[in-house]
Amino acid sequence: MILVGVIVKMLFIVLVVAGLFLPLITWVERKQSAVMQDRIGANRADLAGLTLIGLLHPAADVLKLLSKEDVVPLGANRVLHRLAPVIALVPAIVTLAVIPFGGTYTIGDTTFSLVVADIDWGILFVFAVGSLATYGAVMAGWASNSNWGLLGSMRASAQMISYEVTMGLSIVGLFMCFGTLKLTEMAALQDQTFRLFGFLEHVFGVAVPGFLDWLRLPMWGVFLQPLGFILFLTCIMAENKRPPFDAPEGESEIIAGYHMEYSGMRFGLFYTAEFLEVPVIGTIVTSLFLGGWAIPWLSTTDIVGGVSSVFGQGFAVGVCIVLHVLSFLLKVVVLIWLQMALRWTLPRFRYDQVMDLCWKMILPISIANVFVTGAVILFLERGA
Amino acid sequence: MIDFLFYVFAALAVAGALGMLLNTRNTVAGALSLVGTMVSLGAIYVLLDAYLIGALQILVYAGAIVVLFLFVVMLLNLREDAFSPERLRFTKLIGVAIGALVGVELLLLLPAALGPAATVPADFGGYRMVGAALFTDWVLAFEVTSLLLLAAMVGAVVLAKRSID
Repeated sequence: MILVGVIVKMLFIVLVVAGLFLPLITWVERKQSAVMQDRIGANRADLAGLTLIGLLHPAADVLKLLSKEDVVPLGANRVLHRLAPVIALVPAIVTLAVIPFGGTYTIGDTTFSLVVADIDWGILFVFAVGSLATYGAVMAGWASNSNWGLLGSMRASAQMISYEVTMGLSIVGLFMCFGTLKLTEMAALQDQTFRLFGFLEHVFGVAVPGFLDWLRLPMWGVFLQPLGFILFLTCIMAENKRPPFDAPEGESEIIAGYHMEYSGMRFGLFYTAEFLEVPVIGTIVTSLFLGGWAIPWLSTTDIVGGVSSVFGQGFAVGVCIVLHVLSFLLKVVVLIWLQMALRWTLPRFRYDQVMDLCWKMILPISIANVFVTGAVILFLERGA
Repeated sequence: MIDFLFYVFAALAVAGALGMLLNTRNTVAGALSLVGTMVSLGAIYVLLDAYLIGALQILVYAGAIVVLFLFVVMLLNLREDAFSPERLRFTKLIGVAIGALVGVELLLLLPAALGPAATVPADFGGYRMVGAALFTDWVLAFEVTSLLLLAAMVGAVVLAKRSID
């Protein structure tokens, strides 16, 4: 029974992210860039004259990549050359195992939560798995026996290691606010609201005037840690090596970086990994900062309580699950849109700018954020 | 199930270590097989309920330290003459000495390990317990280690700056 549940949840999350979002993103990438640059965009792939506003292009791309010749350069390490694209792709998929795409629900005697692996150190798992993605880039560049490839993998690994450090530091403040590393617990905490001016009463002992007291915000990470949100989003986007952080494949300087010696679907796999990371980043940022599956100002108890009084408990929980999963996916879509908009707005940063941003801007700001957060928490807990 | 997984990861760890030792001609491939050992060790820590150590093993050792090894190996461009016979003899001597030491230790620890397995308290090996131990009982060791790392960092900066000037 447990095994069936796990398989159903795995199928759901992998099919939605890899089966639905992934092909759509390659289409959105073309169409959104076209809109932003005042072009029409992909619209030529057709099936019996049916173009479906370019929606057939993802299928055409895959067919083209699969039917191309798979070239392994002379003097390449054949085993590692073949292994590298897979190692680049796997971490993105594995990360989805700990992402809660819905809350914990009780129907009758059975309690279940919509997450594949509900582990206590959830976010550490995300970081640990993500850190292995570096090897995809390193192996690819080195195994191709090409100088440009090697330069690209040098850049990629330096960039990814650097941004891993700051990515971890930028959300320490968030851990301090929530007091947990477990993603399901974090999402459940974000289902609550807090009084925006409650601290006046709590710390200074001042009564809050009525209309201000009415103001409540969802207890989302982005409201508790706005700076942490911006820093984390920057780091995790840099980790994905998509523009504007694509110095590792800067074609004007190093041709195509670590995957220049790849062709056909093996090359396609590197791009698949990058595209797949976009919704995966969406799910991670949503769970940490945008309340996960939570619906603002409408907690689980509100929904279940409201609906079950009319239609009964089982139906109410069902409504709750559907609403929560939709709310989660909607937030992921918003984050995908944001990443696409950034990708087509900003030109590529120079390599030294990328590293300066990491070590000279984000690192000190994140450390300062940890100290300020600690001081504020201490201040609030002491009270008046 | 846990026994089976242990044997799988133990075999992978040993295979990775052997791959690193036997790949003397190809140092990059050697370092990559070391990654396999590190990841398998992380999995074994998780099987031992040491979740935090398992995560850190993969995050720090597999994800960062071996990447730095790779950097050094790729940038140094090692040639055959880097492995001169007398240097190799010295390394082998050290290897044999450490191997003997670890072997003796294992033999001494074997009787205790063959006894019944110890039961662990709830939340054992989680970040809360490790963090609490680290910042109360072992806070001096923790701070001294951080000072050591700071000294190493300053040393690296000084060396790098000298070569730039």
